Parts: sequence; C-alpha cells; structure tokens
Amino acid sequence: MSVIKKVLTTVAIGAALMGTSASADTTRIALVVKALGIGFFEAANKGAQEAAKELGDVEIIYTGPTDTTAEGQIEVINSLIAQGVDAIAISANDPDAVAPALKKAMDRGITVISWDSGVAKEGRQMHLNPSSAPLIGNTIIKLAADHMPDGGDVAVLSATATSTNQNIWIDEMKKVMGNYPGVNLVATVYGDDLADKSYREAQGLMATYPDLKAIIAPTTVGILAASQAVTDAGKIGQINVTGLGLPSEMAGAVESGATISFAIWNPIDLGYAATMLSYNIAKGATAEPGAKIGMGRMGEATLDENNEAAMSDPFTYDKSNIEEFKSVF
Amino acid sequence: MIRRFLRSREAVLSGAILLLIALIALRFPAFVAPQNLANVFNDTSPLMILAIGQMIVILTKCIDLSVAANLALTGMVVSLLNIAAPDLPLVFTVLLALSLGALLGMVNGVLVWKLNIPPIVVTLGTMTIYRGIIFLISEGKWVNAHEMSPAFKALPRQIFLGFPMLSWFALVVIVIAVVVMNRTTLGRAFFAVGGNPHAAVYTGLNVGRTQFWAFTISGALAGLTGYLWVSRYAVAYVDIAGGFELDVVAACVIGGISIAGGIGSVGGAVLGALFLGVIKNALPVINISPFWQLAISGAAIIIAVALNSRANKTRGRIILKRKEAEA
Repeated sequence: MSVIKKVLTTVAIGAALMGTSASADTTRIALVVKALGIGFFEAANKGAQEAAKELGDVEIIYTGPTDTTAEGQIEVINSLIAQGVDAIAISANDPDAVAPALKKAMDRGITVISWDSGVAKEGRQMHLNPSSAPLIGNTIIKLAADHMPDGGDVAVLSATATSTNQNIWIDEMKKVMGNYPGVNLVATVYGDDLADKSYREAQGLMATYPDLKAIIAPTTVGILAASQAVTDAGKIGQINVTGLGLPSEMAGAVESGATISFAIWNPIDLGYAATMLSYNIAKGATAEPGAKIGMGRMGEATLDENNEAAMSDPFTYDKSNIEEFKSVF
Repeated sequence: MIRRFLRSREAVLSGAILLLIALIALRFPAFVAPQNLANVFNDTSPLMILAIGQMIVILTKCIDLSVAANLALTGMVVSLLNIAAPDLPLVFTVLLALSLGALLGMVNGVLVWKLNIPPIVVTLGTMTIYRGIIFLISEGKWVNAHEMSPAFKALPRQIFLGFPMLSWFALVVIVIAVVVMNRTTLGRAFFAVGGNPHAAVYTGLNVGRTQFWAFTISGALAGLTGYLWVSRYAVAYVDIAGGFELDVVAACVIGGISIAGGIGSVGGAVLGALFLGVIKNALPVINISPFWQLAISGAAIIIAVALNSRANKTRGRIILKRKEAEA
C-alpha cells in the first residue's frame, strides 16, 4: 500500500468515525432523487418530512443532482458517504452505474434502499416499488380502453428508449392487451422527457395515424406535452391523452378535456414509506426475502425473492378529484 | 450574379433541404402538405430566432452557450410574473422578456469585454448560474398550464394572416437581422471584428465593445424565445430547453457560420435551423428506431460541417468585393 493511499484511507476512516459520532442521537436519512426540481420528488420529500416528524429523532437530507444523470448521483452518494449519513434512500437514474458507489456506502455500514426507480440487487438492501409493474401496465391501458367503447388505435409516448421504468410498464401493458379486445397498439414513440420533442412526437402520431383514439404517456413530461399538442391540433374529444402524470401539472389538461383521466401513485406516500423503511432497517430490521418491514401508516412491506416490495395500487385522477389534489402535489 | 448565388452556401443548403423534404415525402407523402410545412416552420421558429443571435456572437469569434439557460430563466420569470399579475398587458410581458434576456446577455458581454475571460468559459459558467437561479426563484416547482392566464398562452398560437404569431415573431426577427447585419455600422462591425480583429482596431472599432453588443443581442433574442417557449408548451420548469444550446450552435455550423469568426449570414443561420427543424419534425413520422434517430441527427451535422470546411478551404479571403465581381 502506497503512502498516499494509506493517508487517504486514514482520512476516510477518520471522516467516517466523525460522521458517526456527530449523528449519534439523530438518524440522518438521505433521500437521493433523480434530479432536483421535479414535482414528483418534491412531493416525495414532503412525505419524508412527515415520516421524520412522526419518528421524531430523524433528520432528512433531501438531495440529488441538478440533471438526471448517473454521474451526478454518484457524486452525491460519495459526498453522503463522506458525511457519514445513517441511511440512503435513492431513486436511481441508472440501475447499474450507481451500484458500486452504493456498495461502498453499505461497506461503511450505511443502510441503502432504493425506491421508485430501482438499483441492481447488489447495490441496495431492498427496493420499494411504488406499485407493481403489472398493476401499472394494466392501469394505463385500462384508462385508455375505458373511454373507447368501440375499441380503436392507441399509441404510447414514452420517455427515453432506455428508461427502465417506462419499458417495464409498457411490456406489462402489452401482456394484458388481450383483455381489451378491439384496442390496437399502433406505435411506441419516445419524447426523451423533453417538452419540445414529446410535443413533436405527439404531432407525428396524429399525422401518421389519423384514426388514433388515445395517446398513452407513462411519463409526466410526455403526458403534458401530448395533451398540449392535442389541444393545439383541435382534437379534444377525438383523442384522449392518458397515462401517468401529476395532478398539479395535469389540472389544465383535465379541465380542457384533452385528458379524461390519468393515474399516479401518491409520491407523498412513497417518500413517507421509503423513509419509514430506511429507519426500520437502520434500526435493526433485516431485509431478506419473505421479511415484513413496517411502513408506518402505509402498513407493511413484504419482500419478494429479489428483496423488492410493492407499496400500493396506482390511483386514478379525473374531473371529480383533480381540484382537491392539484394543490397537494 | 446567378452563378455566384448558385455556388453560395445558402443555395447549397436550400437544395439540401428540398432534397431532404423530397426524400421524406417518399416515405410519408403528407409531410409536403403546405399546412404541414407551415407547421415545421412554426415549430422551428424558436431555433431560428436563437440561431440568429448565436450567429452574431460567433461572427465576433465568441460563442454563447448560455442561450438555453437564458431562455429558461426568462421563461420562468415571465411565467411567475403572470401568476402574480395575470392581467398585465402582453406587450409588457414581451418587452420584459426582451430586456431581461438582454440583461443576462450583457452579463456575458461584460465578463468577456472587461475581464477578458474566454467566452466559452464565461457562458459555460453563466449557463449553470442561470439554471441555478431558476431553481431558486421557482423553488423547484413547475408553472403549469392552469396557472397561466389564457391570453399569456394564446399569443404564440394566434393566427394572423394565415400564420401563427410564433412564425411572425421569427419572420420579424429575420427581417430586422438582415437589415441590421447588412445596412448598419454595428452589423458590419460584427463581421470586421471577427474577420480580422487587428485590422478592426486600426479602423477604430472597439473589439470588446462589439462583442458585448453581440452577447446583448443574443441574450435579448433568447429572452424573447423564453416567453414564446413557455407559452407555447404551456409549462415552465428548471430543465426546459435542456441541451438546446447545442442545437443552436449546430444550426449555425450547418448554416456555414465559421466558428473562427467573420464569415456567415442571417440566411445561413435560418436555413441551418430549418435543416435541423425538418429532420426533427420528419423523424417522428417516418418510423425509424429512436436509436437511429440520434445517429441520423448527428451524421447530418458532421456531413454539413465537412462540406463547409471543404468549401472554405478552396476560397481565399475576399479583400476587394468589386475586383472579385469582375473576376
């Protein structure tokens, strides 16, 4: 071992020890998100704060990169390791890229769980899914099919072609297409979660498939851009834009009729549950297949063979409840 | 005269765009419908406006990477203002967007002019700072469609003489830019400062000040686009137009604006933007895998730049315009 390496190791151990001693009385849980400034994660933070208040001796460190990159998250994780936090709850931008950094954190005794967007198995102790992929896949096609009594063409407008979440949901959706006779999936396009590209892709769908009845966008930027494109094309009532979105962002689209209904789990509940799980595991609960770990008011999470658990079903929002929820998140 | 035009950058690019449209029409005939082409022009308007600003900056041997961040910050400010005061006349909103954008551009300009920091470093820095400021003033929240006033959202969509106002904004900017670049002292100074800075100093031009004005104009246009962008997509958040500065620079490069400064035209910038706009609008309808789409966009840029550098190599620098015309 070279001298420099030895010195660095000593410094690192020293920092870790100092970190531990500083946080002896309060449990410091870092909520690492895909990027700061996204409504969904701001809402999750609200839930985490709620859990912290309930638990009393918890400090939440809400952090993340400024853009949705794995590199940015790795930097954040490294600085959290240096600070010696007690637990990291992360929604990952890339399941594999962040795993080595998180492994390093676990080696230093930090509890690591992933939530929302998962991390590879070796990089976390457990993963909390907001819902289960089959339920989401079924929900998004059901939302479209419910308003198409005679069947017809639907298209999917996703985020990037490599987005883990969206790809799984679309696959699950395709599996249950048989339960909705007469509904044809004609295309899957990618708006890269950019407002302008998603808008253009939606325009492209309308031009290519004149008989299109619904656009399913399982991403918040996509659903918003598609409903704006449908509104601008004067096709409200003809094409229903649905999928996953946030009530505060979708209120305008629901009001105008471009979107009849859409779904999302409650991110407040998700941040709350992730915090509760991090706390319980940091305090000694073991994350192993079959284990049941408490999530406070959200009940118990039961881990499957991959140490994954589902929180709850997605929730449908429409004209009847949008007013109530748009100010929440 | 005609032969000179045919050999010009603009003619080659126009030909390339027409060829591209023809190829797309083979796969998707509805693309050439006049209404669709008008839509493509409309959709490319923000890129054209920004490319004109960027062209002026590049002419002076500088580069402005902060345009997209400037756009996003100005867009957020006018959106927040719209929430606070929904009844404010739109003329004021547009003027505010222009002047706030100009102010942000001036920050770049002053740093380049007075502190002599390389423009790429300055604008890389301000790019991050501007995005950071959006985060601070919005607290990371989105401004959504239902929070904006109907008039605020309607302006870029309003149809005037058959075209949406967004297209008219672009057309007006193009016309003003052509006049300024070709008929005013300032316009000619941009070319002179970039073409030969030493000679420019001997003719009494202040290189730094000219660059300052280039950044100011680029900023003002980015600010204007900021309002148009948030009202068109009816949403404002930290990441809007993320990475768009690269599209703007690409449009300029495709349009034959020399990164070394001094060479370029408004027409080139506009055509370069339209070339990218046609590709962006065509890719969704011609049914190609998204992985190929990225490769195709990139290849188009490299081919254009390769052609550009070849074209510039053979030609010497024109010293006496009249002599060249005679020859």
